[in-house]
Amino acid sequence: MTEQSARKNENSDLIQVKNLVKYYPVRGGVLRRVIAWVKAVDNITFNIKEGETLSLVGESGCGKTTAGHTMLQLIPPTGGSVIFDDIDVFQLERKELKDMRRRMQIVFQDPYASLDPRLPIGESVAEGLKIHGVGNGSERVDKVMAMLKRVGLEDYHANRYPHEFSGGQRQRIGIARALTMEPKFIVLDEPVSALDVSIQAQVLNLLKDLQAEFGLTYLFVAHNLAVVEHISDRVAVMYLGKIAEMAPRDDLFAKPIHPYTQALMSAIPIPDPTIKRERIILKGDVPSPLNPPSGCRFHPRCPFAQEDCAVDEPVLRELSPEHTVACHYAEDFLD
Amino acid sequence: MAAITDTTNSEDKKDYRSNSLARLTLRRIIRQRSAVIGGTILGLLILVAIFAPVLAPYDPEEVLIGKEDIKKRSSPCIHLLGCPEDQPQHILGVDGNVRDVFSRVIFGTRVSLFIGFSTVGFAIVIGTFLGAVGGYAGGWLDNLIMRFMDVLLAFPSFLLAIAIVSVLGRGLQNALLAIGIVTIPVYARVVRASVLSVKEQEYVSASLALGGSHFHILFTRILPNAIPPLIVQGTLGIATAILDAAALSFLGLGAQPPTPEWGTMLGSERNQVFTAPHLVFFPGLAIMITVLSFNLLGDGLRDAIDPRLKQ
Repeated sequence: MTEQSARKNENSDLIQVKNLVKYYPVRGGVLRRVIAWVKAVDNITFNIKEGETLSLVGESGCGKTTAGHTMLQLIPPTGGSVIFDDIDVFQLERKELKDMRRRMQIVFQDPYASLDPRLPIGESVAEGLKIHGVGNGSERVDKVMAMLKRVGLEDYHANRYPHEFSGGQRQRIGIARALTMEPKFIVLDEPVSALDVSIQAQVLNLLKDLQAEFGLTYLFVAHNLAVVEHISDRVAVMYLGKIAEMAPRDDLFAKPIHPYTQALMSAIPIPDPTIKRERIILKGDVPSPLNPPSGCRFHPRCPFAQEDCAVDEPVLRELSPEHTVACHYAEDFLD
Repeated sequence: MAAITDTTNSEDKKDYRSNSLARLTLRRIIRQRSAVIGGTILGLLILVAIFAPVLAPYDPEEVLIGKEDIKKRSSPCIHLLGCPEDQPQHILGVDGNVRDVFSRVIFGTRVSLFIGFSTVGFAIVIGTFLGAVGGYAGGWLDNLIMRFMDVLLAFPSFLLAIAIVSVLGRGLQNALLAIGIVTIPVYARVVRASVLSVKEQEYVSASLALGGSHFHILFTRILPNAIPPLIVQGTLGIATAILDAAALSFLGLGAQPPTPEWGTMLGSERNQVFTAPHLVFFPGLAIMITVLSFNLLGDGLRDAIDPRLKQ
């Protein structure tokens, strides 16, 4: 990232997510009453500064994608608030929300499912412009063509259908579709996890270039730590619907504190067979968010768990500037 | 579907416009033998229906007593096959009211195809609307609609149709309405299932993220992608509708004499099945061919459009 230009507003938060909650009801019985709740996202709070990339990482099912989708109200939130540019997005009327959507966009994980198979991709990219009545027909065509070229496609691609493109190309189309709205903020929902490694780098670099060019702010949802290290300014680690640790990228990768983060970091392969490293292998599977463990949600799998971890739920505490950890014994790992 | 069409992608690189999903699907349909056979027969039937006045030698409702020297229910007389030249030619014989059976069978094509397309069209329009709204909205509205459909489905559809005709009164129009009403739940269910799966696609979320209204999303993103199973169901449904209508007419509840309807023809001559079998054989054959053509076409379409449903 071009650090000087994009960070001039370093201290102004573009987005503040406060106590975001998303529970899914589990219905059962003849009357289909709610018998339980899946706590996909359970009270998470973070902020994203203008022009920065915050990564949300964690294993499958930890709620990172749900968090991204809920922020954009693609799924209705259960609670909390999202403040975008001093506006509480969850309190907007339908019309205001429609306008707000121009400023907050999303790029999806699955490049095969994120484009309507019946539409030539030019139409898909133009959809947002049509919905918001931007320009007339030919102006929209010009805009779509320019955007396709910007993301590395050719204008003659506009008449083609999604099935005629490779995964990487489709992801570029998805990016173009989001960018035509001229958003300030984009949720990147595992945008490269479905792509070949060689293509991943191209798309990541494209995303970085676009961020610098248009002054974009990213929420980057991912499970691949190598990718996260490449693109992030700050990283938030999620475990079972909660944030376990949040820190600037270099801090987090150099000095992971939370035992879960340590375990994640130890799983990154190092391309050097001579380096020996202690892997932290976690016991068991991720517990179900239907019935999360008491106290610290990580305690059943934590190699350092103490008795009180099963009782008291740790809150996020700031250990060093910008480095927050949700662990009772965080200081013990500082050494 | 996208994954499937990928395989045919390489065939035609030069003219990329021909690679729209619709054209690829058409190409797959053409490769299905049963679809081609069914489609061809259906095409011929449609031609027969259109050119019925040209093909039929007689007015289908014209009683020939006093006009020709011929007895009622006489056997087919075909000059080419040795029938004396001085007798009037009736390829499929004449019926109990001394009408030319061949002309009646020909004109019956019009009635049956009209029955098939109109009832299924009616049922599809209403069923699609109900199923789409239920599937997209979910919650109590979905429950209300689908439980009502379940109630309709719980009755044997033909009995329900008879009941509706009994209330509305006999006649072709009421029979059509009855068959249309009882088949609505089938289409509502198909569309709902399809909408439920399509609405989870990411391009639907993308449309929402772009600011699309529910109306926009349901009618431009979801429904067009939910239609393929409906085409298959509709084609097969026409066959059933034609059979049901013929059955209602056979029972005297549908098309009324002298309308040249195949079921009516069967019904009015059913007592003569041993003395004049040609009077029931040919209308029956016509029903069979028509139903078969729709079934073949439907099966072929299903294999082409939605290979997952195969067997």
